[in-house]
Amino acid sequence: MAQIGLFDVVGPIMVGPSSSHTAGAVRLGLATRRILGTDVKKAEIILHGSFAATYWGHRTNVALIAGLLGMSMDDERIPEALEIAKEAGLEYSFASGDLGDVHPNSVRIKAEGLGDKLEIAGASIGGGRINIFEVNGFDVDVDGSYMTLVTRHRDEPGVIAEITKVLAIHGINIAFLDVSRKTRGSDALLIAETDDEISDLAMQHVLRIAGVIVVRTLPRF
Amino acid sequence: MDIGSAHQLLELCAGRGQDMAQVVAEYEAFRSNTSCDEVRAQMHEALTVMRAAIENGIQDQGERTHIITGYGHLFQKAINDGRVLGGSLLKNSVLFSLAVGQHNAGLGRIVACPTAGACGVVPGAVLAVAEELGSSDEEIVEALLVMGGVGIVSAAQGPISGAEGGCQSECGVASSMAAGAVVHLLGGSAEQVFDAASLALQSHLGLVCDPLASLVEVPCVTRNATAATTAIVAANMAIAGIPGVIPYDETVVAMKQIGKALPESLRETSLGGLAASPTGRRIYKEMQDKHSL
Repeated sequence: MAQIGLFDVVGPIMVGPSSSHTAGAVRLGLATRRILGTDVKKAEIILHGSFAATYWGHRTNVALIAGLLGMSMDDERIPEALEIAKEAGLEYSFASGDLGDVHPNSVRIKAEGLGDKLEIAGASIGGGRINIFEVNGFDVDVDGSYMTLVTRHRDEPGVIAEITKVLAIHGINIAFLDVSRKTRGSDALLIAETDDEISDLAMQHVLRIAGVIVVRTLPRF
Repeated sequence: MDIGSAHQLLELCAGRGQDMAQVVAEYEAFRSNTSCDEVRAQMHEALTVMRAAIENGIQDQGERTHIITGYGHLFQKAINDGRVLGGSLLKNSVLFSLAVGQHNAGLGRIVACPTAGACGVVPGAVLAVAEELGSSDEEIVEALLVMGGVGIVSAAQGPISGAEGGCQSECGVASSMAAGAVVHLLGGSAEQVFDAASLALQSHLGLVCDPLASLVEVPCVTRNATAATTAIVAANMAIAGIPGVIPYDETVVAMKQIGKALPESLRETSLGGLAASPTGRRIYKEMQDKHSL
């Protein structure tokens, strides 16, 4: 069994009222913003299960928007997130929907930034921890406890080898690697969770690899 | 170095000839690859957030809560008017817990300890006792490390969420953690820390999680206050030499088994208990109608 951390039981420091319905929701919004890589201009949000039923009590909606605006779970501006979104020109809509056989605290977010779009689905799994299980139609498994590199690239021989080689050259150790595609030769997705920081320089090197279309990094969050 | 049980933590203290706070600091420093100074600095940050939550919670008049109406503010006013019984310790522990619980329910910044739903218990007990004793920040941080030690052994052996274990595993464990910290502030032994933790948890066994309308408001916020006062009572009894009789590890396992025996309706689903009472149902329906998507 994993060791219990001191600040697992004395923490997290967060804006209330609920670690799963508020703090976890902020982190899901923040993860979406970071993977999109720019300010979010438009967001269509579908709440599933317990999120749909109790969002108003725990301000899950406010928390998600706060995250999309780039706030972390202890940001004291969270309560004003809807007003801040208005000033920042972030258009959003909420609906209730069935996302299928997923965790009760799940959400699907269609986000648009400056020129880029992203569709993401994730769950808040308790204590502020999250799990992102879908990115742009690809099944993934990201929890934000590692540094993460996300690439969209062409499904061609050698692209993944090049990406892992660049990470190795920069001294970045890969803890978990997840690769998926929709059909042969289509766009593919790579998610590498790493033990080490992914520097901007390493990210730029990955972007220069032939076949790589988009690169994003997520810090631990 | 591992802290998987109270037994193990007590053996580490005895074996190393160290204070429990230092053992916990070294455990965390090793586990997260940092220094004891950094661990203490982080704990001091938690203390700062707890204090701010008390200050802000007392000002909160319930603008952002659905059912409760500024409970910390109400209690402060009653203290000022001389309408409540008890000495400064009892008054402050209730005031501080209510204020932090109110602040959490109203989207304020808090330290989940061990959960957001129970975030008022530790500040209520520990900071009221610290004020009574005139403890320094350094002394409070040491007591919070001991409190964290009790939390770690609890989480290693039992559930720490209302959904799994009911309120006994949130307010009950928070009360144990607070009781351990209070014993440390009073200069008690490591064994007395866990006697107090046992006594506090024993007083919460069987407590269900049945919040109205799925909110962290009723009965959560007032229950934080009673759990805080129970922690102080348990610490006093332990200091007086009253043993837990059942060791803390066994008390946690009993809590876990009781949690498993609780029906799902009494584990944070708002389907049973107070949530299913006629008034509980009426309040839920009113809220749902107002907010349906």
